[in-house]
Amino acid sequence: MNIAHLIKSFTLWEIVKAHVLTLKYFFKPKATINYPFEKGPLSPRFRGEHALRRYANGEERCIACKLCEAVCPALAITIESEPRDDGSRRTTRYDIDMVKCIYCGLCQEACPVDAIVEGPNFEYATETREELLYDKDKLLANGDKWERAIAANLAADAPYR
Amino acid sequence: MPKVTVDGEEIEVPDGATVLQACELAGKEIPRFCYHERLTIAGNCRMCLVEVKPGPPKPQASCALPAAEGQEIFTTTEMVKTAREGVMEFLLINHPLDCPICDQGGECDLQDQSIAYGKGHTRYEMNKRAVTDKYMGPVIKTIMTRCIHCTRCIRFAEEIAGVEEIGAVGRGENMEITTYLEHAARSELSGNVVDLCPVGALTSRPYAFEARPWELRKTPAIDVMDAVGTNIRLDSRGRQVLRALPRVNDEVNEEWASDKTRHAVDGLVRNRLDKPFVRRDGKLRPARWDEAFAAIAAAAEKAGEKIAAIHGDLVDVETLYAAQKLLEGQGSRLLEGRQTGLAYDASSLSAVNFNTTIHDLEEADAILLIGTNPRWEAPLVNTRIRKAVLRGAKVFGIGPEIDLSYPVEWLGNDATLVADLPKAVTEAFGKAERPAVIVGGGGLAVDGVQAASLALVDTLGLIKQGWNGYNVLHFSASRMGGLMLGWAQPGGIADIAAARPELLLLLGADDVDLAKFDGAFKLYIGHHGEAGAAAADVVLPGAAYSEKHGSYVNLEGRVQRGERAVFAPGDAREDWSILRALSDVLGKPLPFDSFGELRARLGEDFPALGQEGLVQFDWSPPALDAGKPAGEFTYPIADFYLTNAICRSSETMQRCSAELIHGVDFQEAAE
Repeated sequence: MNIAHLIKSFTLWEIVKAHVLTLKYFFKPKATINYPFEKGPLSPRFRGEHALRRYANGEERCIACKLCEAVCPALAITIESEPRDDGSRRTTRYDIDMVKCIYCGLCQEACPVDAIVEGPNFEYATETREELLYDKDKLLANGDKWERAIAANLAADAPYR
Repeated sequence: MPKVTVDGEEIEVPDGATVLQACELAGKEIPRFCYHERLTIAGNCRMCLVEVKPGPPKPQASCALPAAEGQEIFTTTEMVKTAREGVMEFLLINHPLDCPICDQGGECDLQDQSIAYGKGHTRYEMNKRAVTDKYMGPVIKTIMTRCIHCTRCIRFAEEIAGVEEIGAVGRGENMEITTYLEHAARSELSGNVVDLCPVGALTSRPYAFEARPWELRKTPAIDVMDAVGTNIRLDSRGRQVLRALPRVNDEVNEEWASDKTRHAVDGLVRNRLDKPFVRRDGKLRPARWDEAFAAIAAAAEKAGEKIAAIHGDLVDVETLYAAQKLLEGQGSRLLEGRQTGLAYDASSLSAVNFNTTIHDLEEADAILLIGTNPRWEAPLVNTRIRKAVLRGAKVFGIGPEIDLSYPVEWLGNDATLVADLPKAVTEAFGKAERPAVIVGGGGLAVDGVQAASLALVDTLGLIKQGWNGYNVLHFSASRMGGLMLGWAQPGGIADIAAARPELLLLLGADDVDLAKFDGAFKLYIGHHGEAGAAAADVVLPGAAYSEKHGSYVNLEGRVQRGERAVFAPGDAREDWSILRALSDVLGKPLPFDSFGELRARLGEDFPALGQEGLVQFDWSPPALDAGKPAGEFTYPIADFYLTNAICRSSETMQRCSAELIHGVDFQEAAE
């Protein structure tokens, strides 16, 4: 046992060192955020909850081409379509099973009219599974709710596409 | 037989072959839009360009260039590649990029070929042209901006369907395909132009926006709308058949299908029987299977041997066989299928068969139609007659004058003519090498016509080496199968009525005059709630042709098998299994527990029905009293689009009937 060790033991040096460390972190900026009152940054490419968008005039974008349904690796999308009264091609049913979805974003890439997108929202936890079976109304409502954020994200990401 | 070299490989091609066909024989793929095997050569899309030596130093349209001895053909050179890319770029100049909303998407020749042979980008920066859509009737939807002017539809209408109603006006960029007067194409075959169209300019109206080709399950099946036995493919999604398309079979339907075949499938989901019904207090009420069976068992006990069966037009051979065995178990042979009361002699199958065969009919050089409207009774037989006419055949007709899409010399509507043919006919048949007589249901309905027409076999010399020109044209898909199994009484349905059955089994029979069977307990097994079901005491829900495996014998005696595309709705079951369960209740279990066993039994009892293919009937006409026929013919089909329960339930067929037969104008509603 050497003398330096003896002194450290009697002065409780390690405890002092630990307290110094604690104090140092006490004055440093925090690594955590106060979720849900504060939120971290999201990339414009973030793939969150799905939404069906509309054009500025209120017309729904989706034209029932079924490419998203075809590309979906999890078979989460179900579409049925028929001619609308004005003769245009529209979906009568657009369902996404959010439980099946693996959030790969292929539907969004396949869409020729930017109708189906994965928006920035990730806070849609539900109490039952049934609530996660989204239908067309829910998806369009999502689109209406998140349109500004989605449009901003698409614009931000546009140069890299 | 010229010898040509294709990409360094020397092959021999048949005389008269084109360069394109030579390349196909050598296994090279040549892109094309306007060229079609069954239509004349137009040579206007220029997609099939190849390099040919000797010849001018420029690419040549291979579809219109005859293959000649010593030609060297190149399909992969730089010149060919550039030429194809150029043609494709020009085609795409005016073709809209609306593939996502186009129904042809996924099965489009232009899509496929622009990927395979196109450049991938365009240099065209001006506005594309737009064309007003044309009205082409209830089954064809047009988006004329997509048209690339291959003229396949025009050639089909003119050459195959025989209605010169589609044409082109204008030239160059201003060319437009049109029906001139903006009315529906009046042809039973108009749906075929949808298949022919290489792009999405002509698409199916009832199928518009319904599904994508990659979502559909494809099942080979046999059509039951007429007795031709068109080979079809049923495309289904989930539990619904969404469309029917023809399969290629040169012996039967080539690659065509009638509009009824194609578009009656929407009737398969309407007006269906999906649970058993039992009549209580004069009204049909839903019941459980065991209640229905109990009611039948009680009636059968009372009836004993007095039990009869009548089949409808859409029943498969296996169902007929199971029903026949069921009746035999009860000791009855009262079987009949000619619902409308026809009573021709069916003792010899060769005398009620289409002996010439559908394929060989196009080689006939003199044809006599007796009380038949082939255009409605069997549209695809009519196309064969038309082919024969185009090759120079002369056609005579006895019956009311109608337009058959080719020139017919009408002799008058008088049955006595059959026994006493005008000199013009006998002379034409005397010179003919392959004469044919076609007797239809309208002909057979008149007393003595069968005997008189059979007498024509000798007087007109219809049977020659390798040729039998005596034909009966049926129009019910289950007719030949029923006759082969023996579902015919000498006196037709009148014999059944005379036997006064106490239990009457109706297998999808909706066209029987049930007033004759007033006292009988009627059991209906079928798929649509129509006249038969409405009059029945017990209704058991069966399967339609798309919902069961089954064999069908077409009018020429060809046994063909179709497969199940979807399952029957609700509580409905396959007919054979209903009959099997019923036989247990009646105490005489049928000797099979699976469809495979049933088929094996059928093959043992009727070897001809045990395998697919054309059945050969030895010519042995029945000896009939040569009575003098008298009277007038009426064609059995009053409305082509509404001949059976499935098409009567079909919205598309109802609309076709209203518009094309009854002249209701839907054009405005369509716009």
